Amino acid sequence: MHEHDVLIIGAGGAGLRAAIEALAQGVRVGVVCKSLLGKAHTVMAEGGIAAAMANVDQSDDWRTHFRDTMRGGKFLNNWRMAQLHAQEAPERVRELEQWGALFDRTENGDILQRAFGGHTFKRLCHVGDRTGLEMIRTLQDRGVHLGIDVYMECTITRLLKDGDRIAGAFGYWREQGRFVVFKAKSVIICTGGIGKAWKITSNSWEYTGDGMALAYDAGADLMDMEFVQFHPTGMVWPPGVQGILVTEAVRGEGGVLRNKDGERFMERYDPKKLELSTRDVVARSIYTEVREGRGTEHGGAFLDISHKPAEYVKRKLPSMYHQFLELADVDITKGPMEVGPTCHYMMGGIRVDAETAQTSIPGLFAAGEAAVGLHGANRLGGNSLSDLLVFGRRAGLAAAEHAKRSEMPAIDSSQIEEAAQQMLAPFERPDGDSPYAIHDDLQGVMQSLVGIFRDEEDLRQALSKLDELRARAARVRVEGSRLFNPGWHLAWDLHSMLTVAEAVTRSALKRRESRGAHSRIDYPGLDDAWGKKHNVVVKKAGAMTLVETPVLEMPDDLKQLLAEDSGAK
Amino acid sequence: MAEGSFADATLRVFRGDKEGGAPADYQVPLVPGMVVLDALHWVQSHQAPDLAVRWNCKAGKCGSCSAEVNGRPRLTCKTRMDALPLNEPITIFPMKAFPVIKDLVTDVSWNFRVNQKIPPFQPRPDTVWKMDQRDVDRVQEFRKCIECFLCQDVCHVLRDHGKQEQFGGPRFFVRTASLEMHPLDGASRARLLKEELGIGLCNITKCCTEVCPEDIHITDNAIIPLKERVVDEFYDPLLMLVRKIRGAKKV
Repeated sequence: MHEHDVLIIGAGGAGLRAAIEALAQGVRVGVVCKSLLGKAHTVMAEGGIAAAMANVDQSDDWRTHFRDTMRGGKFLNNWRMAQLHAQEAPERVRELEQWGALFDRTENGDILQRAFGGHTFKRLCHVGDRTGLEMIRTLQDRGVHLGIDVYMECTITRLLKDGDRIAGAFGYWREQGRFVVFKAKSVIICTGGIGKAWKITSNSWEYTGDGMALAYDAGADLMDMEFVQFHPTGMVWPPGVQGILVTEAVRGEGGVLRNKDGERFMERYDPKKLELSTRDVVARSIYTEVREGRGTEHGGAFLDISHKPAEYVKRKLPSMYHQFLELADVDITKGPMEVGPTCHYMMGGIRVDAETAQTSIPGLFAAGEAAVGLHGANRLGGNSLSDLLVFGRRAGLAAAEHAKRSEMPAIDSSQIEEAAQQMLAPFERPDGDSPYAIHDDLQGVMQSLVGIFRDEEDLRQALSKLDELRARAARVRVEGSRLFNPGWHLAWDLHSMLTVAEAVTRSALKRRESRGAHSRIDYPGLDDAWGKKHNVVVKKAGAMTLVETPVLEMPDDLKQLLAEDSGAK
Repeated sequence: MAEGSFADATLRVFRGDKEGGAPADYQVPLVPGMVVLDALHWVQSHQAPDLAVRWNCKAGKCGSCSAEVNGRPRLTCKTRMDALPLNEPITIFPMKAFPVIKDLVTDVSWNFRVNQKIPPFQPRPDTVWKMDQRDVDRVQEFRKCIECFLCQDVCHVLRDHGKQEQFGGPRFFVRTASLEMHPLDGASRARLLKEELGIGLCNITKCCTEVCPEDIHITDNAIIPLKERVVDEFYDPLLMLVRKIRGAKKV
């Protein structure tokens, strides 16, 4: 058993930033991660960190960033989170620089900022197209040298409680398969998203919705689960690379989208912002072009940056250049890429307090993609890295303060025994499905029935298929030993993926309108009544239950701000 | 590229743990654009569900899926099947320089311990946070490193001579270079390079540079300039004299 004041689950941007902040408060901090340190999904973030530093466009300030975020989220955002985020992001970026991060520079030697979809001004602080790597390496080295205890390749399968409050977590070491118990006064969930429940996704194997499922199973609320972001540009060919992200920075640097007839089709869908419209709009536009027969040979659209000088493309988009050359035999300085939507980001997640990131369970906090609120119905590119920094820090601070005023909780052994038994059961079954087959079928269901465009019939069918899959997952069988056994690991991840998949599908069925990333063919327009409420998913007597909750009322000065013109030239 | 090929490939994958093991053969149907990691996943889901493979992004960005393919250290997610000779089995073995845990998964924890020895970025006093892109470019090359540890795997000082206790390896020279050449850093890591990371043991055979999936010029741009710094700091006769006088003054 390991004991910490603050236990953080997940070592991406949010988890590491939380750890650094908690440690600065003088408490004992442990970080648990499923992979090796530095491999978390943050490493794949490409385009940049959105922060109104006004290094390039001097008219930018937090108010404009706030307004862009709220408009991009179709006003379903938690206004206070959007405000805090816009106000604090520049300081969080400066902090990264002071910890050794090296951003691209302006002529004056300041941090360079680039244009991105939905942002009025050039706002994304970046390092070519590998901003996430720079961020995670900086945080990782800072954290390690400050003295965080890191538990690598360890998966948490259950949160432990002492009465109503959090008490710790139970998990297993991936390497040896042994079980482990962490006791903690505060726990912060920073486990990221859920994309691995879909077939075509930009997400890594880790993105199985663990944190959301853990919180839900422990009694916390999930919210806005119908809002899943499909990034407009993933690779579509060859099949092996389908879904791999093509950064929005390609469009930010001037990339143009065309259909097979050579038409710049965004002129029809968003004549003002064109390729730099918000992600929900661009993804739907590409999807529609393909569905109406104007797609490319492999079912996508062309994205072309070859009109820019080759040296410029290689300098600003180096990993895109190599990715296409090595994996698809395409030289992007000479010809177009083929791209199509890919499941990318979860706007919904664990419901938290804006200031402290605390959930409805005392001592349980959540930050980053696992939490809900900042992005509303659609996230703007670049707002996720800043989200990790701003709310990672806030969660770390509040969790440390909570730990300081709390006694170490007690953990009764029955919870631990039950959790262990649950993990061992798949080894003991004489027959049953392979976890890989169930996962494959789950991805098929979510891809075809709970994708970019949804309707009542598909969603109902998805629910009944999810029921069948859950029954199969309850009888999943694992072969081999507990020593680094991916089949066994997946068998448990299925539980998390099925939980979040059901929450997404139920919420999508309930919201009878189209808003942001949630598009209902049978309810194509915005509905004002739905604009005033969220779907909340909660476990009641073992069953998934949906309740509605009103959108938080915004103070008048912020309402005034939203009514103003964008200030764009 | 052939469309919808029906050919098979044979993977010869090491199966075993720290007690020992042996390669096993698996037939895998080829798909256009398939990479070695795709083939390993196919084996996992159809033939060997407990085959241990470390991976994360499958996009060449995280550096998790390192292994030795046909004897060469590579990222399996960036190694195309159609770039390998398919008329003979493709051998896939774990990185040799690290202890095997199971199958293709090795214990790389030593690397994290080495990293902890390196003093972090220390801004000079009264730093003005302005930098020229040209100065940043030089360091950004080193910061492209995705910690796949292929350079550590191929380095003969570690791989053949097992000098893990005396030698930091190319990865940590790259990391130290990124700090030493940071335009605003004020610390010196020359003593660390000489005494703890054993940079003198490197005899610049450039094997590390050859395997780097990020094309970092490890030897030319990181190791050689660092070796020069160590020489300047410890063996420059003029500096030694200055230091002697300064040292005498302090006393």
